[in-house]
Amino acid sequence: MATLDDGAPRAPLPKPHRPPVVAPGHTTTTVTDKISSVVLQRTPKWWFFGFAVSFFLLMIFLVSVTTLFLKGVGIWGINWPIGWGFDIINFVWWIGIGHAGTLISAILLLLRQQWRTSINRFAEAMTLFAVACAGMYPLLHLGRPWLFYWLLPYPNTMSLWPQFRSPLIWDVFAVSTYATVSALFWFVGLIPDLATMRDRAKNKAAKIAYGMFALGWRGSAKHWHNYEVASLLLAGLATPLVLSVHTVVSFDFSIGIIPGWHATIFPPYFVAGAIYAGFAMVLTLAIPLRVAFGLEDFITSRHLQNMGKVMLATGLIVVYGYFCEIFFAWYSANHYERFMMLNRALGPYRFHWYMLIFCNAVVPQFLWIKKVRSSPLWLFVISMFVSVGMWLERFVIIVVSLHRDFLPASWGMYRGTIWDWGTFIGTMGLFLTLFFLFIRVLPAISVFEMRTIVPGGGLGEQRDGQPIHQEVRS
Amino acid sequence: MSALTRSRPPIYGIMAEFTSSRELIAAIRRLRQAGYRKLDAFTPYPIEEVVDALDQHHTKLPLMVLIGGILGGLGGYALQYWSQVLVYPMNIGGRPVHSWPAFIVPTFETTILGAALTAVFGMIALNGLPQPYHPVFNVPRFAEASRDRYFLVIEADDPKFDREATRQHLADLNPFEVSEVEH
Repeated sequence: MATLDDGAPRAPLPKPHRPPVVAPGHTTTTVTDKISSVVLQRTPKWWFFGFAVSFFLLMIFLVSVTTLFLKGVGIWGINWPIGWGFDIINFVWWIGIGHAGTLISAILLLLRQQWRTSINRFAEAMTLFAVACAGMYPLLHLGRPWLFYWLLPYPNTMSLWPQFRSPLIWDVFAVSTYATVSALFWFVGLIPDLATMRDRAKNKAAKIAYGMFALGWRGSAKHWHNYEVASLLLAGLATPLVLSVHTVVSFDFSIGIIPGWHATIFPPYFVAGAIYAGFAMVLTLAIPLRVAFGLEDFITSRHLQNMGKVMLATGLIVVYGYFCEIFFAWYSANHYERFMMLNRALGPYRFHWYMLIFCNAVVPQFLWIKKVRSSPLWLFVISMFVSVGMWLERFVIIVVSLHRDFLPASWGMYRGTIWDWGTFIGTMGLFLTLFFLFIRVLPAISVFEMRTIVPGGGLGEQRDGQPIHQEVRS
Repeated sequence: MSALTRSRPPIYGIMAEFTSSRELIAAIRRLRQAGYRKLDAFTPYPIEEVVDALDQHHTKLPLMVLIGGILGGLGGYALQYWSQVLVYPMNIGGRPVHSWPAFIVPTFETTILGAALTAVFGMIALNGLPQPYHPVFNVPRFAEASRDRYFLVIEADDPKFDREATRQHLADLNPFEVSEVEH
């Protein structure tokens, strides 16, 4: 494994059974060439196939939204008493997925987790695209989406101001701030890599395009210093921000008095669920990506295993949340809360609840087994279960709580129509289309950060020639 | 115009290319000892020691971000106080119009937004970007600065700069290549 050939005798490797963060043998030169060649090479055939499928799904979105604009929200399954159906379920699902990207790029940076380096770029891209998909739903749900700007505080001829005491306005502020900060953080991370692409591109048009977005970056020491300070500050700011976003999303529910919503456990339970679903999505994207582009040297088994561990830990927090909900229902001695819980387990939507427990609480327990954690195929399958489970969780929280509340006279049933499904599948198309474009035109792994973790790179040298891929723990 | 051309040195500076960061850092230290001050280094990734050796550790960015965050927070709260209490008060069940706990969430978000915008645009502004043209790009080998090579430039307006002597100075530091940087 040792690649620094200085001839000095080496101490035995600590923990040799742990796979490396970067495969041995890589230098600053090879990581640059490998990652940039993924973008600069000819478009592979599978890319066209994947993009075509995604674009087809995006067209389903276009049809669904056009029909919605022509006919109104009546084409969806929502009606009293369930006014929040697929749109809010999908909003929460998508925005939760985004959280893993910020966790990887900000929180793991502050915690000095070097393994984050090779996955942070595309995880952040995933965040941006997931937030874009999430943002669609509240806007489309408005009924008159072209008046969305009424949500923003601006002086207007009607002399109206938004109601700042409403969690829905908090949501507007939290999600728009999150989208802005994530986009800026992502762009800042891209600047040095865009400069690399500018210098490596052979095609004149590509050179000019990358050059414009690189802003004339030249890697000057003074630039790097300000850059590092800005990155750390942004990570410090994004950390409380990402926790606040899903907290505010959970306030949409917990500030209300509906049984099943009005619980103090909601903020931490929602944040953990968001990270859980997000890591499932990162794995879903990373496992095919590393094979398709031959990036196994950079997204190693170590990354997949670590992500499996994060998924297991956050999954257990989510399960704790489920227990708390059951406990609160019993301990509150509140008739309606108890009924809500029994209705979840025995009511007309019991199948959803059992599937939710199976997907979110039972299946991930296989991650305790090292063989499962180190198998990309099994990790992929488990992440699929988690994604479905987290969608069902939001379905249970929203629909099951609303469909039988205080007055039996106002009970009802809900199911998504073909347009609900069309919009949902359509946003998956939007997400995948953006992701396919991203991996085609931008380096999916942060090149300059990879340079710092290979031997001969920053950390490799600073630590007396002990290469980082031999598991240096700081 | 004539004054400008007269005071401008014939070249931007002299550039040396190194194959490792160790050699670059050693070269910076030697040149700083020799009295050169107008130095700049270009590296493919951030290296703390290079910034140390060049003595460029001071930056106003953290202070700017702090001010940006405070202004964002104050602005967010002021917006809510002004709109909810002063110009559009709504009496709902006799509850106080200045319901500050409800205003905390948007205030928190605008604080983060103000600080983050300042961090990004402050960094870009302090670095003098966007700057599409810079003389160092005239050196063809400089494209390697974004790959795996380390570059050092002594600018021509350094008081100790002398086209021949400085070139010799750099050549003595065991570089891969030394070249003049045109304007």
